[in-house]
Amino acid sequence: MNYTLSVLVENHFGVLARVSGLFSARGFNISSLAVAETEDPTVSVMTIVVDGDERILDQVKKQLNKLIDVIKVKDLSEQDHLSRELALVKVGVDSQKRREIIEIADVFKGRVVDISHETITLELTGDTKKIDAVVDLLKAYGIKEMARTGKVALVRG
Amino acid sequence: MILNGSRILIESLKKEGVDTIFGYPGGVVIPLFDELYDEKEINLIHVRHEQGAAHAADGYARASGKVGVCLATSGPGATNLVTGIATAYMDSIPMVALTGQVVSSMIGSDAFQEADITGITRPITKHNYLVKDTKDLARIVKEAFYVASTGRPGPVLIDLPKDVLTGKAEFLYPEKVEMRSYNPKVKPHQGQIKKALGLIAEAKKPIIYFGGGVILSGAAKELIELVRKTGIPCTSTMMGLGGYPADLADPLYLGMLGMHGTVFANYAVHHADLIIAIGARFDDRVTGRIDEFAHNARIIHIDIDPTSISKNVVVDVPIVGDVKEVLKEMLKDIKLVSIKPWLDQVQEWKKANAMAYQKSETEIKPQYVIEKLSEITKGDAIIATEVGQHQMWTAQYYQFKNPRKWLSSGGLGTMGFGLPASIGAKVAMKDELVITVAGDGSIQMNIQELATAISHDINIKVIILDNAYLGMVRQWQELFFKKRYSAVLLEKHVNNKSTGKYYPDFVKIAEAYGFWGKRISKPEEVEKAIREMIAYPGPALLDVLICKEENVFPMVPAGANLTQMIGGLA
Repeated sequence: MNYTLSVLVENHFGVLARVSGLFSARGFNISSLAVAETEDPTVSVMTIVVDGDERILDQVKKQLNKLIDVIKVKDLSEQDHLSRELALVKVGVDSQKRREIIEIADVFKGRVVDISHETITLELTGDTKKIDAVVDLLKAYGIKEMARTGKVALVRG
Repeated sequence: MILNGSRILIESLKKEGVDTIFGYPGGVVIPLFDELYDEKEINLIHVRHEQGAAHAADGYARASGKVGVCLATSGPGATNLVTGIATAYMDSIPMVALTGQVVSSMIGSDAFQEADITGITRPITKHNYLVKDTKDLARIVKEAFYVASTGRPGPVLIDLPKDVLTGKAEFLYPEKVEMRSYNPKVKPHQGQIKKALGLIAEAKKPIIYFGGGVILSGAAKELIELVRKTGIPCTSTMMGLGGYPADLADPLYLGMLGMHGTVFANYAVHHADLIIAIGARFDDRVTGRIDEFAHNARIIHIDIDPTSISKNVVVDVPIVGDVKEVLKEMLKDIKLVSIKPWLDQVQEWKKANAMAYQKSETEIKPQYVIEKLSEITKGDAIIATEVGQHQMWTAQYYQFKNPRKWLSSGGLGTMGFGLPASIGAKVAMKDELVITVAGDGSIQMNIQELATAISHDINIKVIILDNAYLGMVRQWQELFFKKRYSAVLLEKHVNNKSTGKYYPDFVKIAEAYGFWGKRISKPEEVEKAIREMIAYPGPALLDVLICKEENVFPMVPAGANLTQMIGGLA
């Protein structure tokens, strides 16, 4: 089961290492991790998707809270929240199949951001499920390269 | 006032009440040692190895309750502290470790004696800092001492690049700490206290299981009151020894539980219907096989660290808070519980399974040495140990009457801890008798610290329970590996036969360092020799040749539950 945590941390050097080190030292699995500054430049937010059961989640939350540089841990799984992910997907297709890829992009409100003789690159945003669905479709054409940001999330309202 | 970084550091340490630093000099910290050269208010104890500095600072902290401070240079100096820092971390000991670092501009360039010590120590410190600017130094020292000594205590490391030590800044020591991300919870939740009291009132077979948290929070008095007022029997972890006066004639005291605990403590925990865990963390050496641990019991768990709760066992009533604060709250409303049948049962177990060992007239039994030591010192000396059989015999047979007298590496199990820890303890508690009980294996891990004791006139006593083996490993090899004694012999053998010669000769070593030294091998010499060692007006070492293949019993083998003990003498 995946749980989404939003973790506010001091915007110091070394904080990312403390958090990622905690996960490896305690044997917790991270599905994705996204870090950036918040509206307050002294605070960063880490959106962490954790794979595990409730007992593991409980330990993860407690252990994160124990880190001195962690200001607040919010469990978004417990609350109504918005989540988005961005993906860049480079598909290997020649000019003949290009049209089909562009149609897929249109249906899923993606954008074509680059075209070459052998490839076409799409930009996709949405929740994780939607990105997974598009990626699954594109696999049939041969994905050359892909980069995903991992999930970012906010509580609604 | 504009001062250089080294002076700012020293003035900040003084503001924190630091009177002693255990340190070892080296390249990048020469400017700091230069400032310490004529500093009158700080006693610089010059150890002989950085690991000794860390353990000495740890021993100082355990014995006094104050924050211990150690200091080393960059690179190998800093990495030599690592075992000592990890030892303090596992046992929640407040400590500040200061390390030199190469000049800021060279960090990351694989400079001479450079090591990424904040990276290396991240998982074994409560927090650590790399100081980037001399003007941040005072604030960081203030925070470091606050973090080390509050909440669940632990070591904090401050890494000091050379230019931070030599740079100049205005010295203004902050009045208070402002950290939005660190607010340890000390006061317990009242609702949880009520729930706990409810469970206690209902219990038919309750037991109190307490640990190092009682010592760290200074809650021995409250614990004793809780036990006496409720009439609930108690058992101690190894780290908790001294939290309740050790006296097995006291019907409410069951001694230590766990792997080498008493049979009756383990039976009582196994059959209890309520476990009140106080400042203890359900370590695997305590619980034995976890899925069979206290399977009929509900559990109340009092601990300052929320991560300790429901980590190894599921808890019914967690109470997060400082043990002393929690117990004070509970004591307001506590009553005697009526559990006579349970107490009778516990007494029966106690009678049938008393701690005992096979006595001998010809060989010295290690348990006998500890019994005599306990008797002679009235259970009130500060005893530091190394790790192994001697440590367990001391835990079992020394009757600790008070807290902060038992200094032993519980969590990490660090051989080499005891000798330097006793040096630190003696520096902190000058008027107390401080004794290291060591094995002949572990004493050699930091034996160079004998020189520290001599050069600083630190009057410690050392007893070596000498069986010419790494005894605990040998015991496991005897019991679980068909007596294949792999790499545990500490004497010279020719064609698998003992030559009877010990290497090294500890008496000669003691004398070479300037210690008083003596060796004994007969039971009738024990008492006199211990008295002689204590009476000697300076550092003294007693090498006691003990029965070679004595085992630590009783024992719960790894993976067994607490009732499956072997080697009781019942």
